[in-house]
Amino acid sequence: MKRLRILVLRRLVQFGIIGLFLSGSWWGVEWLKGNLSASEVLETVTLVDPFLALQSLVSGQVLGMVSLLGVLIVVLFYLVVGGRSYCSWVCPLNIVTDFAAWFRSYFKIKNNISVSKNTRYWLLFGVLALSATSGSMVWELVNPVSGFQRGILSGLSSAWAIGVGIFLLDVFIGKNLWCGHLCPTGAFYAQINTVGLLRVKAPKQAECDDCGDCYRVCPEPQILPPVLKGDHPLKVVGDSVCTNCGRCIEVCDRAVFQYGVRPFGKS
Amino acid sequence: MAQAPQKPNLARRRFIADSGKAVSIVALLGFGLQPVINQAQAKSVNYIRPPGALPEADFSAACVRCGLCVQDCPYDTLSLAEYGQVAAAGTPVFEARKVPCEMCEDIPCVKACPTNALDKTLTNIDDAEMGTAVLIDQEHCLNFLGLRCDVCYRVCPVIDKAITLQMQRIGRSKHAVFLPVVHADHCTGCGKCEQSCVLDESAIVVLPRDVARVSSAEHYRVGWDEKQKRGKSFLPEVLDLPDRRPK
Ligand code: SF4
Ligand code: SF4
Ligand code: SF4
Ligand code: SF4
Repeated sequence: MKRLRILVLRRLVQFGIIGLFLSGSWWGVEWLKGNLSASEVLETVTLVDPFLALQSLVSGQVLGMVSLLGVLIVVLFYLVVGGRSYCSWVCPLNIVTDFAAWFRSYFKIKNNISVSKNTRYWLLFGVLALSATSGSMVWELVNPVSGFQRGILSGLSSAWAIGVGIFLLDVFIGKNLWCGHLCPTGAFYAQINTVGLLRVKAPKQAECDDCGDCYRVCPEPQILPPVLKGDHPLKVVGDSVCTNCGRCIEVCDRAVFQYGVRPFGKS
Repeated sequence: MAQAPQKPNLARRRFIADSGKAVSIVALLGFGLQPVINQAQAKSVNYIRPPGALPEADFSAACVRCGLCVQDCPYDTLSLAEYGQVAAAGTPVFEARKVPCEMCEDIPCVKACPTNALDKTLTNIDDAEMGTAVLIDQEHCLNFLGLRCDVCYRVCPVIDKAITLQMQRIGRSKHAVFLPVVHADHCTGCGKCEQSCVLDESAIVVLPRDVARVSSAEHYRVGWDEKQKRGKSFLPEVLDLPDRRPK
């Protein structure tokens, strides 16, 4: 159980957010209305997903004050907790892809196509370029991430199809194919993550006995060697694709990792 | 880890390869998405947007698909479009035949919208332009057949402005018929008429404005409008043509 404590906490947060959206009103106030694209907290504060807002902006739309403020709050929040914390603590599709990763390792499925991990950045770039040239939010016509989130939170049945589709993709086509290679939303939040405050650190780097447990659970294992082997003064998992999921922290028997703060501007 | 400095032509080759990749991904995305884009931008007759919605092309780029408008509609009129529906997935629409817009005076859907997709300058619901009702099948409309059904006329929240009954004599019998006539300037497109039509399928249907209406041709002027604008008519009231008598 000790090796699962952060994972359990993450699931509680992820399901808790879904629960708050679906619970309707308690004592006359709605906790969360809308969905992860934009929402209203306690019927007062509006939050807007910055990636959606950016697509709308480059399509040539003017965002009002309310949505600009909503974007600002969200961006500031992720500058503190680390951009891709969105992926492992909020995005419900992460529950599906984590399950797919577990399924793969449990049934020893080895199928893997080779796709560059940078594809997501090209996709992100492509999505924004297409929005600008077509003047409409092209990606949102097909985006499975917002489609899944909306499906769950606004009660559309297409969520199931998307969930199953992404699960099959990650199990049978490639390891961590969606979140680790393709998802432009994750790539967008990784951009915010380049300066995120909350980081995973390896203060006891010297204790590592190369057991490889962290490599097996990390959704982005390519970022671990510099932390474990490098001579970085802060010993921070510095790569912006780290999702702050904390799996490495909890599975390491020698407590090499822990959450910590990275001062702004240090990489 | 110290990296050996790359030879310049290697760096250039990588740059070219990367640019090629970028261009091809954008192109592939564009090709792949084109049918979906076309579908989403096509004029559609089977959905209507909430009050205050921007023109379609702007609307689907401004709406973030949050569903706040849907949640704040007290009549459950609105819903978010599913994948495969004609409207862009996740954008709010309604089907008037099922649940029309009740034209709330405080317009909660517009207030709820965090973006500019639903235009906040719409404050009087009578100014809404969700669509335009069109009597698409005269031949089955009971009023055309000579009955006094009048249902669409009576349920219209903008009665006597958006729909009027026009008395007309027809040759079939000595009776007159009362034809429901929609006046697009006043019709909000709420769809109360479409919902209430007593036929199995509604003879009067709300269509998006860009489908239901055309722009008037520049070179045709409506005499009585021009007269009002000028304060007098173009031509003298009674034309006095020279009398020509056969010699
Ligand atoms: S990579 Fe995309 S789908 Fe995966 S958790 Fe992050 S936002 Fe969600
Ligand atoms: S005006 Fe009222 S009934 Fe009509 S869509 Fe808006 S909230 Fe619903
Ligand atoms: S509230 Fe506005 S942004 Fe949200 S779904 Fe409705 S129209 Fe779109
Ligand atoms: S849609 Fe029908 S009921 Fe609504 S304003 Fe127009 S004519 Fe009247």
